[in-house]
Amino acid sequence: MASISLQGVSKRFATGVAAVADLDLEIAHGELLVLVGPSGSGKSTVLRLIAGLDAPTTGRILIEGEDVTGVPPQQRDLAMVFQSYALYPHKTVRENLAFGLQMRRIAAARIEERVREVASTLGIDNLLDRRPAALSGGQRQRVALGRAMVRSPRAFLLDEPLSNLDPVLRIETRAELALLHRRLGATMVYVTHDQEEAMTLGTRIAVMRDGALEQVAAPMDLYDRPANTFVASFIGSPAMNIWPATMIRTDREHLLVGIRPHDIELTSPDAGDAIGRVEILEPLGPTTLVHVAVEAASSSRARIVVQANTRIAIGDQVGFRVHRDRLHFFDGTSGRRVHFDSDSSVYR
Amino acid sequence: MSWGMVRPWAIAMLVGVFLFPLYWAAVASFTPETQLFGHIDLIPTGFVIDHYRAVFTERALGTAVVNSLVVAGATTLLCVPIGALGAYALARLPFRGRTLVLTSILAISMFPQISIVSPLYLLLRELRLIDTYAGLVLPYLTFAMPLTIWLLVGFFRQLPRELEEAALMDGAGQLRTLWAIVLPLSWPGLGTTAILTFLYCWNEFLFALCFTLGPDRYTVPVAIALFRGQYQVPWGQILAGALVATLPVAILVFVAQRRIVAGLTSGAVKG
Repeated sequence: MASISLQGVSKRFATGVAAVADLDLEIAHGELLVLVGPSGSGKSTVLRLIAGLDAPTTGRILIEGEDVTGVPPQQRDLAMVFQSYALYPHKTVRENLAFGLQMRRIAAARIEERVREVASTLGIDNLLDRRPAALSGGQRQRVALGRAMVRSPRAFLLDEPLSNLDPVLRIETRAELALLHRRLGATMVYVTHDQEEAMTLGTRIAVMRDGALEQVAAPMDLYDRPANTFVASFIGSPAMNIWPATMIRTDREHLLVGIRPHDIELTSPDAGDAIGRVEILEPLGPTTLVHVAVEAASSSRARIVVQANTRIAIGDQVGFRVHRDRLHFFDGTSGRRVHFDSDSSVYR
Repeated sequence: MSWGMVRPWAIAMLVGVFLFPLYWAAVASFTPETQLFGHIDLIPTGFVIDHYRAVFTERALGTAVVNSLVVAGATTLLCVPIGALGAYALARLPFRGRTLVLTSILAISMFPQISIVSPLYLLLRELRLIDTYAGLVLPYLTFAMPLTIWLLVGFFRQLPRELEEAALMDGAGQLRTLWAIVLPLSWPGLGTTAILTFLYCWNEFLFALCFTLGPDRYTVPVAIALFRGQYQVPWGQILAGALVATLPVAILVFVAQRRIVAGLTSGAVKG
């Protein structure tokens, strides 16, 4: 297991598109770092740069403190799980698992032993003689994972490994992956565009946009103290409400104020901070997401989460109250987080 | 009349148009020499195997068939592995001037053969390769290689790249990846390429005519062309020879037909 370090790494493709720009990232030994971001944010490119499948235009990549920038992928001793799994279609599951060990000239008996070990860990021992075409999506996913595990690499690189699974299986496998990470104590870099996957799996999360890091932090830090409006609206579901605001006490204009839908309470029309009309109701099961058109600000809409048994109907006049201590403030132009003393007064 | 009713007839007519010359040749090759230029019947009246006996005894067509098999076989066996290495590099390895190399290779196949017969003859004579198998295999290799490379580049390119990347991550080098992952997955392409290369060599006439000196090294097309004497054209024998020459090729194509079609249309649609 190893630490991975990216220093000033950029990647510009021949087309002139800069996929990654001047990126610094430290991944500690044994960590599960999740790279999350919308599509085209460069997260997969970062993974490929670590793998050695792409070469950085500038910057250095270090594994265990050793510069591997010029080292080809086959000598980096990393394992990668591809989104498409990329199982060798002409080889049986056993041969798929064994291939990486054979490349390292490990004795056949030891290979067989190791393949059995990993197969039983993943519950695929009964599939060893099948070919990938005869496997279900979930089974293929396990084989892909097994192929990575079998040779105990220095680190695992996972490129959206769950995106081809159906939702139930995805959540199941997600939990198994977290368990696996804890048991192996392995360094893992995990790419996803799903913020929920990132939150549940990551020991740390790196949020990317347009080839740059927006914030790197532990999941709850990211949730509680997003560094900017992008992270604030990307992490957490339903997405945070963000409204333009002016701070009355300091007379600071061009502010943005954010509040998570869970941190707003519905009240009777006369009891809240503001009133509005219910426009959309989205039942989510245990809770319901209410979209309220705010009366004071014609263009603003508030998303509020309420208990599912709340009596509410479309067209209702409602009041709502925000939890003052849960407010997030951002600069109106840069979008960066701004700190204020608590108990600030807000006009919306 | 609907298309559904017309279609079988249309197909039958098309097949007829293509197969009739072959049928005519077959009939003629079994017709006695004396009847060949007389009254023409669609259904043969006389049936003799004189012509076939003649081409194998008087004309030594058997030697020519062996020569053709050796030359075409050797060329194919050399061409496909060498071509596969080159094609893989051109399909996958990032290097400068890849497109230039590919177009140059294509340009080679555009050379009119006749224009390089004389220099090639002089070259082969210097190397003492005139009237040898190698003297044919080497030029054939040069001329078959562009087709081989272009077909295989197309084939390699349509393989999912991630498979090769997975192999690299598993610790396999480029050659190992080619051998263990790419080639086993491209055998339809390799088969197609081998068959087309074989056909090219089997049918080649100009080089074979110029670089061989006698019946010991004549290939089938040359041998048949030289049946023709100063005063007469033995049509019966020529057609018998043509059928003998067509037969192995026809069998080869029938056996591999599906694969050839798959190979020729590969890349057209995503598999």
